[in-house]
Amino acid sequence: MTPNQPTDHRRGFLKDCLLRHCGMGLGATALASVISQSQSTAAPASGGAGALPGDGLHFPARAKRVIFLFMAGAPSQIDLFDDKPDLHQQFGKPLPPSVSNGQRVTAMTKGKAQIVAPSMFSFAPQGQSGIQMSELLPHLSNVADDLCIIKSLNTDAINHDPAKTLFCTGSQIPGKASMGSWLSYGLGRMNENLPDFVVMNSAYWTGGTGNVQALYSRLWGSGFLPSKHQGVSFQPSGDPVLFLSNPPGVIKSSRRQMLDLVTELNEQHLDAIGDPEIKTTIAQQQMAFRMQTSVPELTDLSDEPEHVLARYGPEVHKSGSFARNCLLARRMVERGVRFVQLFHRGWDHHVGLPKKLRGQAYDVDQPSAGLIADLKQRGLLDDTLIVFGGEFGRTTFCQGKLTPTNYGRDHHPRCFSVWMAGGGIKGGMTYGQTDEFSYNVVENPVHVRDFNATILHQLGIDHKRLTFPFRGLDQRLTGVEEAHVVRQILA
Amino acid sequence: MRRSCCLLLGVLTGLVWCGEARSAGSDERIVSFNQDVRPILSDTCFFCHGPDEEDRQADVRLDVAGHVDLDELVARITSDDPDLLMPPPDSHKTLSPDQIETLTRWVDQGARYEKHWSFAPPADVAPPAIPGGQELSNGIDRFVVAALDKRGMTLNEAADKRTLIRRVTMDLTGLPPTREQIHAFLDDDSPQAYENLVDRLLESPHYGEHRARYWLDLVRFADTNGLHHDHYREMTPYRDWVIRAFNDNLPMDEFTIAQIAGDLFEQPSTDQLIASGFNRLHLIIDRGTALPEESFMRNVVDRVSAVGTAFLGLTLECAVCHDHKYDPITQRDFYQFYAFFNNFDGEPETGGRRGLDFKRGLQPPYLELPSEDQQQELARLNRQIAEVQSSLKQLEQAAKAGEQASKSNDDQPTRKQLDDELKRLQAARDQLIESIPATLIMKERAEIRPAHILVRGNYDQPGEAVQRDTPRFLPPMKSDRSIKTRMDLAQWLVDPDNPLTARVAVNRFWQQLFGVGIVKTSEDFGAQGEPPSHPELLDYLTNQFIESGWNVKALLRRIVLSQTYRQSSTATPQQYIADPENRWLARGSRYRYDAEVIRDQVLAVSGLLNPTLYGRSVKPPQPEGLWKIVAMPYSYPRVFEPDQGDKIYRRSVYSFWKRGLPPPQMTIFDAPTRESCSARRERTNTPLQALVLMNEQQYFTAAMTLASQLLRQSEISDQQRIEWAYESITSKIPSASAMDRMIDALKQFQSVYRDNPEAAETMISLANSQSVSDRLPNADLAAMTMLVHSLLNLDATKTRE
Repeated sequence: MTPNQPTDHRRGFLKDCLLRHCGMGLGATALASVISQSQSTAAPASGGAGALPGDGLHFPARAKRVIFLFMAGAPSQIDLFDDKPDLHQQFGKPLPPSVSNGQRVTAMTKGKAQIVAPSMFSFAPQGQSGIQMSELLPHLSNVADDLCIIKSLNTDAINHDPAKTLFCTGSQIPGKASMGSWLSYGLGRMNENLPDFVVMNSAYWTGGTGNVQALYSRLWGSGFLPSKHQGVSFQPSGDPVLFLSNPPGVIKSSRRQMLDLVTELNEQHLDAIGDPEIKTTIAQQQMAFRMQTSVPELTDLSDEPEHVLARYGPEVHKSGSFARNCLLARRMVERGVRFVQLFHRGWDHHVGLPKKLRGQAYDVDQPSAGLIADLKQRGLLDDTLIVFGGEFGRTTFCQGKLTPTNYGRDHHPRCFSVWMAGGGIKGGMTYGQTDEFSYNVVENPVHVRDFNATILHQLGIDHKRLTFPFRGLDQRLTGVEEAHVVRQILA
Repeated sequence: MRRSCCLLLGVLTGLVWCGEARSAGSDERIVSFNQDVRPILSDTCFFCHGPDEEDRQADVRLDVAGHVDLDELVARITSDDPDLLMPPPDSHKTLSPDQIETLTRWVDQGARYEKHWSFAPPADVAPPAIPGGQELSNGIDRFVVAALDKRGMTLNEAADKRTLIRRVTMDLTGLPPTREQIHAFLDDDSPQAYENLVDRLLESPHYGEHRARYWLDLVRFADTNGLHHDHYREMTPYRDWVIRAFNDNLPMDEFTIAQIAGDLFEQPSTDQLIASGFNRLHLIIDRGTALPEESFMRNVVDRVSAVGTAFLGLTLECAVCHDHKYDPITQRDFYQFYAFFNNFDGEPETGGRRGLDFKRGLQPPYLELPSEDQQQELARLNRQIAEVQSSLKQLEQAAKAGEQASKSNDDQPTRKQLDDELKRLQAARDQLIESIPATLIMKERAEIRPAHILVRGNYDQPGEAVQRDTPRFLPPMKSDRSIKTRMDLAQWLVDPDNPLTARVAVNRFWQQLFGVGIVKTSEDFGAQGEPPSHPELLDYLTNQFIESGWNVKALLRRIVLSQTYRQSSTATPQQYIADPENRWLARGSRYRYDAEVIRDQVLAVSGLLNPTLYGRSVKPPQPEGLWKIVAMPYSYPRVFEPDQGDKIYRRSVYSFWKRGLPPPQMTIFDAPTRESCSARRERTNTPLQALVLMNEQQYFTAAMTLASQLLRQSEISDQQRIEWAYESITSKIPSASAMDRMIDALKQFQSVYRDNPEAAETMISLANSQSVSDRLPNADLAAMTMLVHSLLNLDATKTRE
């Protein structure tokens, strides 16, 4: 996919100029200056944009990095975060039609009776703040005062594929740029040896292998943005980064000799033909060579003391686990990776939810709590934003047979819960309210667009002004409809 | 943001889009609405003051003449009062001083509006006369030179013959010239040498493969459905048809009609039916999660968007929910267009996981394409099955009769034998059917499905009913049928009065040869697209194209024979920086090759390439586990199983394309996922690309294969071997200093591998290449492999020039 306009090309070119002048490290300042240049010729500030902070971002950044824990398949908000103690009285009763009010459902439960299934799990107040937390999340309960739980998230899509695509790229239609690639495009690199946007998919999960949804590389793709902004997927086995290892028999000395030869011949070619793009090739080959050292160093956990590993729970010892990926995420943000996105699948609990949800909670509870604590202890939580959530919620009514200890839930886009921690977000609070069935939002709705706008805001970006022209539109992560930063949760 | 970057770069480089006016030093220049004014108005003003009624502010529209007091416009854009200033500060849109001056001057000069350039028919233009340009026999050159003249620039000198044969061979076939082909061309001193070369290349079967690849990006051809389970789908006969169509030089108008409406010919040929599969290339979800009504609507929108992008260069899909913000496409226009494509006679979602269709990646309607042998074999099996079935039936009847006569049942063994035979025959038939090629096609329902404007684009909110028709701002359809058909639409697309279809096609072919189109935004010829750099040249080529009978080979031939195309790409760094994409064509274009070209070239120069044409998709090896961590338990296929043998060395156009995770060797080099139509690719330069070239297994095997061939030629020296490799890979002869450096490097490699014999051993034992001879000394082979592999990693190898 390609940029659209001559000016746009120039923007890309400008970046290349900067790249060439500043060497490989195109830091936030350099790129922010692109944003700032554009502002300097903007209309005289009339209270709108206001003065720019010194670093050239739209706002002062409260977060420098993001770790996005994406729960693909959609966890049940009623069983994890959105406590409805009174719902037990409704066990087995039909959901009043006034509540669902013509809401569309999936093909799986269309035309079927909607019988209320209260959560079988108990909730208790936790921490100073007294946030109600599910018994399934004992470790997260310990860090409740760091969490901001938003209970009023809502989305437009009712099926996984479009909903995940909407959450990750701002549109249900494939082809748009993902959040991480927007940040890479808008903010540039913070390090010289690693990608700025990394994706890690769990290789396994505990909540059963049925009802698992596919992932698509578009969820971390660059869409219409240049592909250098796409997420780099780290692999749980083999080379962590594709094609990282030398071919068999290519040893360090021969690799070095090869690169020296290639560089010299490239330089000769540059002298002969004149195209400065050859310099970029030379620089990128050098960076590839450096990555051959920096990536193994990143994924080698032998320098992690036992007490740190223990924070992330027992699964941290297994390659491809969510726990291992949380630890790797911490190591990445420490090394200047700006956006790390973890995908953990297995949440699509249409039937047999209690057992499967227990397994899933085991997978993520201790590692994500450990990640918060670990970052906090290192002083990184203040400017690292952690986000945890799936593509939609699950229905209050049962799918399949209902018993007190077994039930299933269908997809529910009208309300679901996510949490944030660190990165300038208030801890120890909940935001938004749903009705007594956890069916409709009754207070402070947060659309996925608002949520994404808020993430960008914390990084110093006005979602309306980070744009890219493609197919006749100034594309942006939040799309063409209104989106609002959720100011009440900002610290 | 963009605007000021433009300004800033204008300062940096002295080249801005409107640089023409400045270099001419004249303030009297007439401002062109299409070239200068519309792009500003469209980007800055049309969102609120454009074609869309719903969002129009203050009832002011600027996209058509006579709706607004233009002096007021000037007052507003220059106002100091933020309450009056346009665009308003909260729109985050601004006008640069240059743009304000352009608009002011346009108003001063009488504010003449023009029809958007691409909606007006191509002008009947003759190439300009160039003083002293008698040698410019090709009209293309005269347009280009005239544009260069205005900027005080000139054409570069001609490229040398080695550069030229490499360039034109790669551009026309996607494969590099062999050493023999290079030498034959060098030795041919006749004035027709180049022309003959071009004609030979246009007749190569690889020409069609290369052209097809661009087309397959455009129509998002792939081997999986792209949604939910992302199951397999089979449409490779469509790909084969595209390749054949280019090789046979099927006129582009027929190529267009066959795809839009091939199924609607009175007696469609097999090829026309296959081509109608264009309408089935959209993403499609499998049954069970989405609502079929919604899936249906999404499929139709996807189909319509593809027609917009591929044939019209319009973003029709922008009018699904509301009138287009920038182009005069109303929501009604969209759904009238939609009505041509909503009458599909098939399911909106793919079926269950059982049965032969699923295994074969087919969803009705589809077309079976058995060979004659397969046909006969199928008939034979059907006959045998019928015979066995009839024997069984007789047996049953006999048994029934026997029961009535209370006779004992002694035919069990015969029955068992027949049952087994039946099972065997049916299994054989299933196996045969699975091997029969087939492809999805388009089919119209007998009864026309009504179409409605969908309120805000919601599938479940039908509004006013609409009839099939084309957008009002384009010439009307000529068909006199009361209910228009898709065939009428196809005819309308290629009608000489249609201002878009031929232009859009010509521009894309130009893009394939110069890296950038005359219109850079080859997917968008609307108001938000970029105006053409050489509008008259585009019109001239378009008119010629139509007059030639939409003859693609003739068009490409004309372009590659021009001096413009044959220029050297050598320039100063300043010239490269001043015009990085070579829009003014003062030199040969230089850009990184596409992923497929890079891979195919590696295979070709090493001799590994399997040049077989056509057929089902193949799976060259990729790193393990990639599909598994994105697939669902019942995704089909779920695990990537690489092909064996020489299938893995087929050209990349035949590689299996899973939309959920396409081959990383391709996507890392900017290949699109084929989830949406893509008219052009970005060309990035990244460390991950460097890693592919450094470490990908097949690329390394290729290096070793060529190295072993070189070493087996015992009669030549290392220097000759290096020269051979260099020439095979780059089509050039190395300079003396490059040669010295390479000889030196080879010695270093040899010394490393003599000191590390186990490393050499590992390299050679794991290479797993049949053509590697074990009689060669390990250290020598390892060293030569490293040298060849270095050459495969050169910038000059992955880049045009």
